[in-house]
Amino acid sequence: MATKKLLKGNIALCHGAVAARCDAFFGYPITPQNEVPECMSELMPANGSVFIQAESEVSAINMVYGAACAGKRAMTSSSSPGVSLKQEGISYIAACELPCVIVNVQRGGPGLGTILPGQADYFQAVKGGGHGDYKLLVLAPWSAQECYEFMPLAFDLADKYRNPSMILMDAIIGQMLEPVDMHKNFDIVEYPKPWATNGARGRAHNIINSLWIDPKTMEGLNQKLQAKYADMQVHEVRFKEYQTEDAELVMVAYGSPARICRSVVDMAREEGMKVGLLRPITLFPFPAMQINDMAKDGKRFLVVEMSCGQMVEDVKLAVNGASDVEFYGRSGGAVPTPTEILNEVRARFGKPPVVSHYSSRKESAV
Amino acid sequence: MQKVFERPKGLTDTEFTYCAGCLHSTIHRLIAEIMEEMDIIHQTVGVCPVGCAVFMYEYMACDIIEASHGRAPSVATGVKRMLPDRLVFSYQGDGDLASIGTAEIVHAAGRGENISVIFINNTTYGMTGGQMAPTTLIGQKTTTCPSGRDPHVNGYPIRVCEMLATLDGPSYIERVAPTSPAGMSKTKKAIKHAFQNQIDGKGFSLVEVLSNCPTNWRMTPIDSFKWIDEKMSEFFPVGVFVDR
Repeated sequence: MATKKLLKGNIALCHGAVAARCDAFFGYPITPQNEVPECMSELMPANGSVFIQAESEVSAINMVYGAACAGKRAMTSSSSPGVSLKQEGISYIAACELPCVIVNVQRGGPGLGTILPGQADYFQAVKGGGHGDYKLLVLAPWSAQECYEFMPLAFDLADKYRNPSMILMDAIIGQMLEPVDMHKNFDIVEYPKPWATNGARGRAHNIINSLWIDPKTMEGLNQKLQAKYADMQVHEVRFKEYQTEDAELVMVAYGSPARICRSVVDMAREEGMKVGLLRPITLFPFPAMQINDMAKDGKRFLVVEMSCGQMVEDVKLAVNGASDVEFYGRSGGAVPTPTEILNEVRARFGKPPVVSHYSSRKESAV
Repeated sequence: MQKVFERPKGLTDTEFTYCAGCLHSTIHRLIAEIMEEMDIIHQTVGVCPVGCAVFMYEYMACDIIEASHGRAPSVATGVKRMLPDRLVFSYQGDGDLASIGTAEIVHAAGRGENISVIFINNTTYGMTGGQMAPTTLIGQKTTTCPSGRDPHVNGYPIRVCEMLATLDGPSYIERVAPTSPAGMSKTKKAIKHAFQNQIDGKGFSLVEVLSNCPTNWRMTPIDSFKWIDEKMSEFFPVGVFVDR
């Protein structure tokens, strides 16, 4: 029996949500994630769950807030400008320590931008995004398979830490068709939620609130949140390495650029350059300690992003002066080609660039 | 001695912090009495607003959620869709419901969402110090229309009940004014009806309560009641707009 289905990343994550026993999806259409609400409008009712197309992203995230208050597994999905609209609600959800999952299929920005892939929402995703001192758990899939598998993980982590999780992907991952193994058994944990506002029968009333007028109380809550994030930093860091053991230069990339960089590692190795790849899977918590160890080992870094340079700041913080960190980025919907990145690598090894007839610059001019 | 009047079980022991003469206290009490009478305290989830009633979560004995400004109908939607057998109400002021949260209330009503909304209209932003609201009357002075609301500059007040009554979604919309014992009894009856509608699965209900703000109106409570009856009721007539 076939165990694999050919699915877009956007569709794979919907099936992952069902596997995670997601109770409700609240969303609003925006390209390039429209397949998500479309697919969920079929999958959720078919599984006895709730689907609502809200009137706006603002409303959708507040429906998520309400459903999470009720103690249920709720999610929303959007793309860059839509996720900006959700930030108010996300800040409230983080403050109230409610679990939920938010998917951002990033496009190029700022502003209305382009519907083509981007990674320029990194700061927004890992540094808070809305107002106040808070963090999301951020997972970055690089394949349709991971879109599927990261949904149960995102819900479990959200429940475990009572914190919103974000799946941060890009339009390529969302739109690319790939075989997905759908027969994975997920160990879904049922977390008790005695804090849920689901009717105060047999107990005192529950209050879900983020208003703390007294500065001592407010600071205490912030310290509690920070302790939780520190705990995540110890227990939830996830990353993958490729050919890093003997590497002199380690590329750091996530999502689609990480896949391109893996090809570049092979191309560079064929030419005798000792290059590797570190792919953070959790963007928060960030694999800072692992990067710092590599830096102390004398490895240099080249950070590749589809942005003008965002994750590179976290790599620099992790390296903390112990080694060199350089950056190559494309933005606004432009995707780097393997040859372009290879030339960046060659330059770091003192080699002249190779010329390729394939150029994304040429393509994007069409 | 026989006790003839006591604190309703729907309220906690926390003392209200509302200004003297403010009708929020009265309306809270009515909701608490209704929850007790209908025996639904333990199956009710309230969603409270940003504004004067922001501390409502401390006063009500039911489970309660603090929503962000204007979003209570969406939060209530999320709760109700997850827990269809619980009673879910939102409690919102005019700034919350008729200004920043206009989209949320219109669409919750349009969906016929099976929730009950209690809309407190006192024609001003009370908590932030008496600024102009979407419901501020023409000529009414506030801190952001100090010469009185001029429709050419500030636009016209919005009649929420009338606006929502044009939609097919709502099952019950009524405007009341608890400025007299009869008005209070009508207000209680209206909120009870809204709750019963939800229990019966009839869909969206909204009760607009014409309320006062003696502090920012710079009136005595008695004068504020008179102002509701004479001025506010003229532009915002009490009555049933939808009941189906």
